[in-house]
Amino acid sequence: MSSHDHDHSHDHNHSELSPIELRVRALETLLTEKGYVDPPALDELIETYETKIGPKNGARVVARAWSDPAYRDRLMSDATAAIAEFGFTGRQGEHMVAVENTPDTHNMVVCTLCSCYPWTVLGLPPVWYKSAPYRSRAVRDPSGVLTEFGVRLPEKTGIRVWDSTAEVRYLVIPMQPEGTEGWSEDQLAELVTRDSMIGTGLALSPQALEAAR
Amino acid sequence: MNGAQDLGGQMGFGPIELEENEPNFHGKWEERAFAITLAMGATGSWTLDTSRFARESLPPAIYLGTSYYEIWTRGLEKLCLQAGLFSEDELASGHKIQPPSPVKRVLKAEDVAATLAKGGPVDRPEPTPAAFKIGERIRTKVMHPEGHTRLPRYARGCEGVIEAVHGVHVFPDTNASGRGEQPTWLYGVAFNGQDVWGPDSDPKLSLRLDLWEPYLDRL
Repeated sequence: MSSHDHDHSHDHNHSELSPIELRVRALETLLTEKGYVDPPALDELIETYETKIGPKNGARVVARAWSDPAYRDRLMSDATAAIAEFGFTGRQGEHMVAVENTPDTHNMVVCTLCSCYPWTVLGLPPVWYKSAPYRSRAVRDPSGVLTEFGVRLPEKTGIRVWDSTAEVRYLVIPMQPEGTEGWSEDQLAELVTRDSMIGTGLALSPQALEAAR
Repeated sequence: MNGAQDLGGQMGFGPIELEENEPNFHGKWEERAFAITLAMGATGSWTLDTSRFARESLPPAIYLGTSYYEIWTRGLEKLCLQAGLFSEDELASGHKIQPPSPVKRVLKAEDVAATLAKGGPVDRPEPTPAAFKIGERIRTKVMHPEGHTRLPRYARGCEGVIEAVHGVHVFPDTNASGRGEQPTWLYGVAFNGQDVWGPDSDPKLSLRLDLWEPYLDRL
């Protein structure tokens, strides 16, 4: 991620396009002229990930796991099926496993080889997840990584790092914050951040949620 | 392959750069690169494993020196050339010169939701019993294949324990190179951090990797 990535979202005339913008435009034009891609389908793909598929999906799964013990049991024994109960199925979520944080174990997910990420519940990964600094260090120095994310774990808590090397995708179930017993599923879902489902964050406390409003 | 993509344990990349309220896409070109990559995947002209290999076999300076969707774009160009979907001349000009090659399907807007929801499961029927059981100790193979593999360098020659049996899944090492799916057993394997990174490393760390049977030897 560098600042130049952010400078090209406004409209340009042709002469101002960067090399990569020209490269993508040429490729899209060629693929369209050849009839391999249908432009409305491209727009639909973008729209889907901008509006329908994102971390709010995962937050609903976590909130239900916190508030419904029977659902939590189904999620832990067959996450693919339990997540499909919400209709969240398919691409990059074909084989899901839920891993639960406890006072003794904190789970954190990385893909050191590429960018494997549970799209169906978290949407598209942020730049840092796909970046060399995170992928290189998460498996060797997760405590150092967590410090950069502002997360401090109790001394006794072990860290379990899941390197997504196959098509199995991991969803971290963060610990339910204290003082939220009896909250509704919708209220609980507001406490669940994207990072808490990757393991680079914790669920928000009620105070932190209030402060964020 | 021991390419630039195999980042686990490499040092010197500096701190993680976080961005407040990060958008899915930083500019229109990223949206388009994302969408054409997914749409071309739907043509059935290559497998997921082939596309991963196309990206990771980019020259290391390109892989590490360009942003994520540029890697996707260059990977897609390579895949289309390999599949004979267009020629170098057409790529250079950005326009059709020859008639198109046949593809299995062209993704239409009305089929996007169903196609995404269906995904591409990689579990397959079980041709043979699993060689390993939960709780058994294994050692990962020492191997440095020039083709695609999903056994990261840092986890080669390491002792671990079988923790989960995920069933039989498509084997990326063969599927990436046109040698077919050759489905084989996939295991969740647990490693102590110090067995991987040595006695000076974090004693609280343990690692979990999903590894195929051909990567593993019984201890």
